[in-house]
Amino acid sequence: MRKGRGLRTYTIFYLIFLYAPIVLLPLFAFNDSKIIAFPLKGFTTDWFVALWHKTELHQAVLKSLIIAVTTAVFATALGVFAARAGTKYRFRGKGPVLGFIMLPLVLPDIIVAVSLLVVLLRIGMGLGMTAAILGHVVICLPFAIAILNSAFSSLDQSLEEAAYDLGETPFSAFRLVILPLVMPGIISSLLITFTISLDEYIIASFLVGTEETLPVYLFNQMTKNSREIPVVLALGTVLVLFSILLLGIAEYFRRRGIARTGGKDTGGFL
Amino acid sequence: MASAERFGKWRRSEGLRGWLMVSPTALYALAFLAVPLVAIVALSFVSQTGVVTYDYTPTWKNYIEAFVEPQYRALILRSVIISLAVTALTVLTAFPVAYFISFHVTPSRKSLWLFLITIPFWTSYLIRVFLWKVILGYNGVVNSALLWLGVIDEPLGWINYNANAVVLTLAHAYAPFAILPIFVALEKIDRSLLEAGQDLGETRFQTFLRVTLPLAVPGVVAAVLIVFIPTIGDYVTPRLIGGKDGTMIANLIQSQFLRQNNAPLGSALAVISMITVAAISLVFVFLNRKNMRGGQ
Repeated sequence: MRKGRGLRTYTIFYLIFLYAPIVLLPLFAFNDSKIIAFPLKGFTTDWFVALWHKTELHQAVLKSLIIAVTTAVFATALGVFAARAGTKYRFRGKGPVLGFIMLPLVLPDIIVAVSLLVVLLRIGMGLGMTAAILGHVVICLPFAIAILNSAFSSLDQSLEEAAYDLGETPFSAFRLVILPLVMPGIISSLLITFTISLDEYIIASFLVGTEETLPVYLFNQMTKNSREIPVVLALGTVLVLFSILLLGIAEYFRRRGIARTGGKDTGGFL
Repeated sequence: MASAERFGKWRRSEGLRGWLMVSPTALYALAFLAVPLVAIVALSFVSQTGVVTYDYTPTWKNYIEAFVEPQYRALILRSVIISLAVTALTVLTAFPVAYFISFHVTPSRKSLWLFLITIPFWTSYLIRVFLWKVILGYNGVVNSALLWLGVIDEPLGWINYNANAVVLTLAHAYAPFAILPIFVALEKIDRSLLEAGQDLGETRFQTFLRVTLPLAVPGVVAAVLIVFIPTIGDYVTPRLIGGKDGTMIANLIQSQFLRQNNAPLGSALAVISMITVAAISLVFVFLNRKNMRGGQ
């Protein structure tokens, strides 16, 4: 097992590399110095207090939340149709259609952003939060479908047939039998797409126009206002804690969903 | 009569129901993904005559400009090189991690390890990039720590505001994308094949080269594509930590659209980078075609 031990050490170092930035984040967010460097100066909560007094930040958060909630609902709803079609039916052209919907997974975000920008300006729709939502749904759909696919494919077909035999219509069978079984998948899809949208910068920066979302605000702070670095780090700490919380909830529901349909945990969201 | 009957059959068939079920999602993708992609290709053949006026006569002008202008050509080349470096670094460092989790972690603990690897990925991308800027900066965390410890006498210059910093930051950002597909491919490998290899007198390393690696190819190819393709479109990392030598093609596309106001040239650059990436990806898949069916 000597080889295994070497690999374990390597993997642990890799994890340290992965977590290094996130561990340093709170360290400097509570550090009493405007310069981000070692040695640490002392403990302060000033940078967090400063967050309370930034009204543009609060508006940006509100806009991002509205965009993220709307995106999550639409991406998950559309994802349910695609995942249901993909797991239940066999039809000609299924591969290409589903493949195309999944394309944004490997398409650079900037391509999605500029191409939508061109079309929306051309049809005279103008930019704003609606435009950003349209773009976010495009890039969130593949993630929603991937999560929902695993929820739908672990469904036992005979449960649905039993519902038909007992006189349920396709709609009531879906509502009474399938929906409760895939609900954990739906919740975890909502949370994941919400998280992606909340964090998305490139598409938002092209499509929101003058409406500043949270990532757009953050980016502007990072590039223009170098004195505010500790405040940005304090905000980052809050955001990281928030997304870890959301992820924990999403993972909990994903596992519960697998347990509920009697499947085996294969791990991971992707 | 026969066709009406066939239509009736089709109407009740699985095919139609499948299409009906997928149609809302498919129509959405058609309207907000397919149409825009076609539009951007079309726009790349148009010329800009004023701030918001265009000459719609089809022309190669934008493409010619993109290839003739040395600055643009250099930027495209550099983006490809940075993306290739990121891909190589990410996939090579990720493989042992995926291998460890698949072969040396007890099955019940595997999802915990995968969860640990995906957590950093779900935290704000901007914040992570910004932290690398802070970590690698001239007066940053690494330099100040090394100075403080007395390892170096003056701050290291080669770790900040250049292509190295961009490569490192992007490798960090795309790590889970590389680990997960390789892990999935390794999980599919029938463990008895490995035992067979060793029963036939091979060393563990020979078995790895002759059995494990070829069977892992589909996962490695997926990892390469999923890291390489989006990397070329990144402009946050080059903008924040790339400095002058680390800017990439996406920065140029962005400025053509938002600052220079030359959307047709921006479109042509976007199309060129998409085609370049697609061509490199296809060549890569073609080179690995022999092992692409593995995994069973």
